[in-house]
Amino acid sequence: MPTPTDSTAAATSAEPDTTPSENPVIEFVDVEKRFGDNVVLKDLNFSVARGERVTLIGPSGSGKTTILRLVMTLEELTGGYIYIDGEALSHEDRDGRRVEVSKKAQKQLRTRIGMVFQQFNLFPNMTVLENITEAPIHVLGRSKKDAVAKAHSLLEQVGLPDKANAHPTSLSGGQQQRVAIARALAMDPEILLLDEVTSALDPEVVDDVLAILRQVAETTNVTMLIVTHEMAFAKDVSHKVMMFDGGHVVEEGHPDKIFSDPDEERTQKFLSAVLGNN
Amino acid sequence: MTSLNILAQEADEPVDPGGPWWDWAFAWDILPDMLLAFLQYTLVVTVTGTIIAAVLGLIIAILIMVLPKPLAWIVRWASNFIRMTPIVVQLILLFWGFLWLDALTIGIVVFGVHYATYMAEVYRAGIESVPQGQWEATTALSMNPVRTWRKVVIPQALRSTIPSLGNYAISMFKDTPFLYAIGVTEMVTLAVGEIGGTTFRYNEAVTIAGLIFLAASYPTAILINRLEKRLAYAH
Repeated sequence: MPTPTDSTAAATSAEPDTTPSENPVIEFVDVEKRFGDNVVLKDLNFSVARGERVTLIGPSGSGKTTILRLVMTLEELTGGYIYIDGEALSHEDRDGRRVEVSKKAQKQLRTRIGMVFQQFNLFPNMTVLENITEAPIHVLGRSKKDAVAKAHSLLEQVGLPDKANAHPTSLSGGQQQRVAIARALAMDPEILLLDEVTSALDPEVVDDVLAILRQVAETTNVTMLIVTHEMAFAKDVSHKVMMFDGGHVVEEGHPDKIFSDPDEERTQKFLSAVLGNN
Repeated sequence: MTSLNILAQEADEPVDPGGPWWDWAFAWDILPDMLLAFLQYTLVVTVTGTIIAAVLGLIIAILIMVLPKPLAWIVRWASNFIRMTPIVVQLILLFWGFLWLDALTIGIVVFGVHYATYMAEVYRAGIESVPQGQWEATTALSMNPVRTWRKVVIPQALRSTIPSLGNYAISMFKDTPFLYAIGVTEMVTLAVGEIGGTTFRYNEAVTIAGLIFLAASYPTAILINRLEKRLAYAH
């Protein structure tokens, strides 16, 4: 639940509030997402505080990945509002009408958000170094020297110091995903979206990738929105776990509570199925 | 053909259509003229035409994808129209429509534009073969459209289009005899119309023309093959 803000006392009314509160980094207000007639998310309201790490769990098709894709503007928002740092990401309420925000404003917000994909999505026609430095140089306008230095230190951090000049296709899946993490971090995102980042990996390299993400979580203040099936990882790194089913939040809370003593039967069933298969 | 009848009637002595099937001395005699015609017209039209087609084709493919719908529709149908009408018709139409332009220029433009519409289709397929995840990665990195096309989409699209582009270049090469329709004496016109028409010896000239085509096409095909391998990613 969004924390009430004390600065705007006048705005506190009983009506559903479409203006964002000031603290959350990400805020969903009455979000609806439909693909044609298929409603994936409906009346979704939640917020993520700065530096908070939130894991979304739930069965396939429950809309978890769609939430990340909406934040990254990879999907069009069909209803409601999403605010990043209090600013409208794709649509805003203007005198009671829902209007699209300018592309420029959206782009400005988007540079604060980074995403790591299930399928890595590295650029195969570029070297590892070029993959990591492309956006810092050409989007953020950093000098080549700084971007390269940062890329090398990130490669060090993800355990691939000698792969700067390799091409992605010559790397294993786990190595590619580590490069993809470095590429996302090179943009110094305020928000990092992790979309099933270990689902396409061989089991033996999953822990390497998760160890890197744990380290990122421990050493930075980056806000994370995580979709994963790795429950141990979710339990370790997240401040909050949200259980989804059918586009709704079934329950949310501290990982210790959700994983050991969930209130909802749906959550219990899901967890026993997932953990049982491990 | 009427021109041949006239030539035959005007000849003082009837030319002996017999004689040896192949005359080495005659072949040697006509070779320089044939090579010159090849370089002057066939090669010039093919090389400049291919460059125009490769560049314009890419522009057409991108325009169709990025323009607002009504404009994209116009470009697409103009491209379809050009692609689906015979190149000879286009040559003749433009030749008589733009009489102040010389025939060679008309030839280069028509070949370039006609094949651009084919190459646009190849590029389109190449662009569509770039995985959705690549586009999503450029969005996640906030790359602008120009950078996205130039550094991510086009390089990956080109990789799969090189073989088809090469084949169209060779195909254009073999279409150059159509230039006879606008009076350009390229190699085949020279062989059949001028040399064959005046001497009634066709074997040498036509065979040499064929061999020159082969000698030029084959290395081109090998070159394309090499390029294709070089563009493939290391595995």
